Amino acid sequence: MSEASATRITPGNALRPEDIALAVQHGTARPSEDVGEYALRLGDDALILAQRLGHWISRAPELEEDVALGNIALDQLGHARSFLTYAGAAWGKTEDELAYFRREPEFRSSHLFEQPNGDFAVTIVRQFIVSYYQYELYRRLTASADATLAAIAAKAVKEVDYHRDHSAQWVLRLALGTEESRRRLLAGFRLLWPYVGELFEDDDLTARLGDAAVVPSALRADFDQLTGEVLTEAEIEIPQVPAALGGGRQGRHSEHLGFILAEMQVLAREHPGADW
Amino acid sequence: MSESLGWPLWEVFVRSSRGLSHVHAGSLHAPDAAMALRNARDLYTRRNEGVSIWVVPADAIAASDPDSKGSFFESPQGKDYRHATYYVKSEGVKHL
Repeated sequence: MSEASATRITPGNALRPEDIALAVQHGTARPSEDVGEYALRLGDDALILAQRLGHWISRAPELEEDVALGNIALDQLGHARSFLTYAGAAWGKTEDELAYFRREPEFRSSHLFEQPNGDFAVTIVRQFIVSYYQYELYRRLTASADATLAAIAAKAVKEVDYHRDHSAQWVLRLALGTEESRRRLLAGFRLLWPYVGELFEDDDLTARLGDAAVVPSALRADFDQLTGEVLTEAEIEIPQVPAALGGGRQGRHSEHLGFILAEMQVLAREHPGADW
Repeated sequence: MSESLGWPLWEVFVRSSRGLSHVHAGSLHAPDAAMALRNARDLYTRRNEGVSIWVVPADAIAASDPDSKGSFFESPQGKDYRHATYYVKSEGVKHL
């Protein structure tokens, strides 16, 4: 920017994926394979959710909600790009190579993120669970011993804070709105709550990473308390449902992910190296 | 569609980062004031345009009648003395 104008609308100067790519290129950001694997998990969660949310464009109840969900999708895509750019540096791959040229078993997203949009209430329940989880995760990751992960989290946590608010507002309105909206919301909670447990599972990787990562199980108490406050206000009890199988972090996915990837990857695979 | 849901219309006012007054930015549909603020944030501040938002129910705004333009707005015409343009600038006065 040559001169600062009082009226100029500026993009601000937040961390961008391109900045991470530059730091990688200059050798100032160099993740170990463990850090890369961890960044892959967080990046894949965000990428798959962004792809899911993108489907709402032109289909939401109102134009305004199209834009709201589209904004959230783009925020998630931004987080995914940063995490995948950084993860790729562990193996000399670009964000695009990771997003478009990995096969289903190589994706590390949790099952919740690939669950179908369903109706608006189901999407809101998924958003509610995801954004409260991501908020607790990123809030802690800002203190990561890995400076790049900390920087990505510092950018993401503010955006996810808004996603949290958006979903909570809708949980309250659907729960306390009409009989129909409440019925659909409760169905959404019954449908998706089985996938909550997987988000908070520890494994060898998070143990090995120590201060660089966040221990998933450490997030659960705050997640339960903060979602619980909203659910109490919404007069909703957490459904007693058995946990789903999980396994997303090891590359074992439900039948949904393959379809998401087919649609997401087809263009890049049909026209390798295409640019626009 | 907005008609079928019946969400009311809201007028949005955004104060930009330059710190002047709130300026009308547009309108939107939302079920209530809290959601209207959030929708306004998404629709009208996504390029870093603002630091403060007001939303007002559109039907709470009393507007001047476009048909009474003559009696409402033409009266100041020809009243040059309301514009202090005819003063001669005194010598040595800066910042005018």
